[in-house]
Amino acid sequence: MGKHNVTMTINGESVTAEVDSRLLLVHFIRENLDLTGTHIGCDTSNCGACTIMLDGKSIKSCTYLTVRADGANITTIEGVAAEGTNSHLQQAFHDQHGLHCGFCTPGMIIRSMDLLKTNPNPTEEEIRWGISGNLCRCTGYNNIVKSVQQAATEMAKEKEASV
Amino acid sequence: MFKCKTSPEVGGMGHSVKRKEDARFLHGKGNYVDDVKLPGQLMMVMVRSPYAYAKIKSINKEKALAIPGVLAVITGYDLKEFNLHWMPTLLSDTQMVLPTDTVMHQSQEVCAVIATDRYIAVDGAEAVEVDYEPMKALVDPYKALDDDAPLLRPDKEGQEDNQIYHWEKGDRAKTDDVIAKADVVVKERVYLPRIHVASIETCGCNASYDKDTKKLTVYLTTQAPHAIRTIVALVAGHVGLSEEKIRVIAPDIGGGFGGKVPVYPAYVVAIAATFLIGKPVKWIEDRSENLVNGFARDYHMDCELAATKDGKIQAFKVSTLADHGYTDSSANPSKFPTGMFSICTGSYDYEHAFAELDAVYTNKAPGGVAYRCSFRVTEAVHAIERMVDKLAAEIKMDPAEIRFKNFIKKEQFPYASPLGWNYDSGDYKQTLEKAMEMIGYDDYKKEQAEKRAQGKLMGIGICTFTEVVGAGPSKDFDILGIAMFDSAEIRVHPTGKALARFGTKSQGQGHETTYAQILAEELGIPYTDIEIDEGDTDTAPYGLGTYASRSTPTAGAAAAMAARKLKDKGRKIAAHLLEVSEEDIEWEVGKYFVKGAPEKSKTIQDVAFAAYTNIPPGMEPGFEATHYYDPPNLTFPNGAYICVVEVEEETGAIDVKRFVAIDDCGNVINPMIVEGQVHGGLTQGIAPAMYEGIVYDDEGNVLNGTLMDYLVPTAVESPHWETGHTITPSPHHPLGAKGVAESPTVGAPPAIANAIIDALYPLGIKHLDIPITPDKVWDAIQVAKAKA
Ligand code: FES
Ligand code: FES
Repeated sequence: MGKHNVTMTINGESVTAEVDSRLLLVHFIRENLDLTGTHIGCDTSNCGACTIMLDGKSIKSCTYLTVRADGANITTIEGVAAEGTNSHLQQAFHDQHGLHCGFCTPGMIIRSMDLLKTNPNPTEEEIRWGISGNLCRCTGYNNIVKSVQQAATEMAKEKEASV
Repeated sequence: MFKCKTSPEVGGMGHSVKRKEDARFLHGKGNYVDDVKLPGQLMMVMVRSPYAYAKIKSINKEKALAIPGVLAVITGYDLKEFNLHWMPTLLSDTQMVLPTDTVMHQSQEVCAVIATDRYIAVDGAEAVEVDYEPMKALVDPYKALDDDAPLLRPDKEGQEDNQIYHWEKGDRAKTDDVIAKADVVVKERVYLPRIHVASIETCGCNASYDKDTKKLTVYLTTQAPHAIRTIVALVAGHVGLSEEKIRVIAPDIGGGFGGKVPVYPAYVVAIAATFLIGKPVKWIEDRSENLVNGFARDYHMDCELAATKDGKIQAFKVSTLADHGYTDSSANPSKFPTGMFSICTGSYDYEHAFAELDAVYTNKAPGGVAYRCSFRVTEAVHAIERMVDKLAAEIKMDPAEIRFKNFIKKEQFPYASPLGWNYDSGDYKQTLEKAMEMIGYDDYKKEQAEKRAQGKLMGIGICTFTEVVGAGPSKDFDILGIAMFDSAEIRVHPTGKALARFGTKSQGQGHETTYAQILAEELGIPYTDIEIDEGDTDTAPYGLGTYASRSTPTAGAAAAMAARKLKDKGRKIAAHLLEVSEEDIEWEVGKYFVKGAPEKSKTIQDVAFAAYTNIPPGMEPGFEATHYYDPPNLTFPNGAYICVVEVEEETGAIDVKRFVAIDDCGNVINPMIVEGQVHGGLTQGIAPAMYEGIVYDDEGNVLNGTLMDYLVPTAVESPHWETGHTITPSPHHPLGAKGVAESPTVGAPPAIANAIIDALYPLGIKHLDIPITPDKVWDAIQVAKAKA
């Protein structure tokens, strides 16, 4: 089996490792780096539990080879806010009861980060389509939609205050 | 409305306080089974059968064992040495752990590969060579009892056909008689498809046996850790695993919904493997294994509903064929092989009913889990609610009106149902009225008439269900003989903060918040000062776990009762501190005071401190209490759901326009959490109504065993849910609460099905089985048009 050296930045820290060519990025993150907030819920790229941010875009890390991420800048759920603090999305999911079991939550939050980056003021329908690559079996989505709406409002307020 | 007794800071019942458990999940610090990594960790992968029914001629391990890192391949023969190749199911059937000669369903576990790493274990599984001799699979349950059907379970002594059992309840002769003489009788075969809970976290375990201490620790995706510990001790006691040396830990669970109640064969194999190897063995199910194994529903119900010509229901009869797969591994209480199916008489007042059921073996996966439903209530409710609508259509009566006409009246509670339940409370009329008002029923009726006049298909569907939850009184309910009580243990520390432990296990329901709120309500200690702990059998008191909406009815009640024991002790301590007699002490939330002199008082925190520092003479020190709660009855949550749909005639596409759910679950602990549970359950209700169903071909192959072709609703398929409440407290529950999480899963499918069928009624379509997909609708429209 081929081995490769990879270097990438994860949550602001540089990581270098020798990995098998077939190692999936989600396993690298979970097992080699012990960042277990990124989850696995399927084997067909359908559930989105494994969603991470790679070079500023949300991707499903279960369908991505580690070697392909050589040189990438990655953010996982552990890195979206400083320890002990909440990003707007994390706070909004808490306020709006946007999570039950929490298994889909890291992927939902990362996906929503990307959504709000490309569309800072989405309609309910745009939010629903925007997170439709991420499954949640617990919440029925109503409150996830509300969470994303709250975060959008808070982010807009913050932007306004900074100009 | 429910009036809060406590301030928002104390956060007792009725406050929508934010969840205490959220922080770890929001920051990626949840601890699910696959996150648990132990020193020397090994991984296990199952080899599974590609055939639904086949003889195993040989299993060749050699090539697998030659792969560096593959440590062992475990087969049924290896387990047979320890008499562990079969295990009992909860309902006195038997299930293979690993086969020695025959596989009975596609994807059945054939053998296990243990390796140093996940990838190597998968390589090993690919390299195992199994020689099968396929046989003709029995797939159609209606053929299971044919004379020429293969006998699927010759291993069972006395088993001469494929019938597992026959069950019946009620008076057959009287019911038949009333039906025979009735003005109107509607009949239908109603099928509830085989579906899967599909929690986003699949099942798994990490089993670790220490050969020196002889202690087995199992991290497990289980909703019932204590029951599992006892089962492991019963099944594997003969190899030396005794109950005090078994520790089952259910860490964070990524959704359960009933699918994490059973003992799956791979759990047993992992335990056997760690027992033999002495190193931790982890098995994590992949999604296809998850979807193809285990199931819920799969009831074929022949229903007959009889009524007078003006719509007064007189009798209901239902004869069911239940497809259990190759073994009955239903997770039901022992004396209830069909669960609470006899709740099928519904929310209506009539005298005569009869229900019977025949369960059969087929070459399908076993399961029969109570998927977000208190043991077969979903099936029961679907049957009666479809039939009530069919009756309404038959006699051209409004579906709301027929329900009002037949409802059990508020003053009739407690109500003895024709099949033997004792409904505790409800105000069905008020609940339906509220739903109709909220959705604007009369306006929709007008709109529907206009649309119909233009040839457009619009439907309004109602479901007014009664649930039965909170198993249960120990005289009737047990699992393997263990009474279905539940427990709470409270320790109040000297500084007035507390730790409480429970025999249940949250899988997302928010127990860490709601249990703390119950204690806050009872003791006046702020919910933020109370830590809740569940899921570790070494520390939690014994309980039967969380499923069937039983946590609030049982463990929630136990919490209140334990708190009341503490309050009684506290009263004595307060009397001692205030130097008055106990009879002169009064309680208001959070403090004791002297009757007539409220300025003389001691807070619960003062009293807790005194329990450790200034103990009344002769009193046992400390401030702790435990209660094991055996409920006197079940609770009967209910609700009225209304759905409005439009159907496009050209394509069969269905658009859910509105969905209003009014639930009555008695007193509410945390309205925000209750609403969240209802949302989630509604999406799990639209799932089988419109999207989900496990499909088999004639050979017993599952045709939709991945999330690519098994449609778990996304945010796009899931409508914007609208919810509301009525409150009829349970008279026998210490908090007046009833349990709620399953009501929406039970109530939504018939409301949606009724709406779609109502939309299609002008075309002459009178029934469709769920899932009602666009292609099914389109086909039905073509058939109807050809007839017309
Ligand atoms: S694990 Fe399901 S999409 Fe990646
Ligand atoms: S909160 Fe459980 S899967 Fe989304």
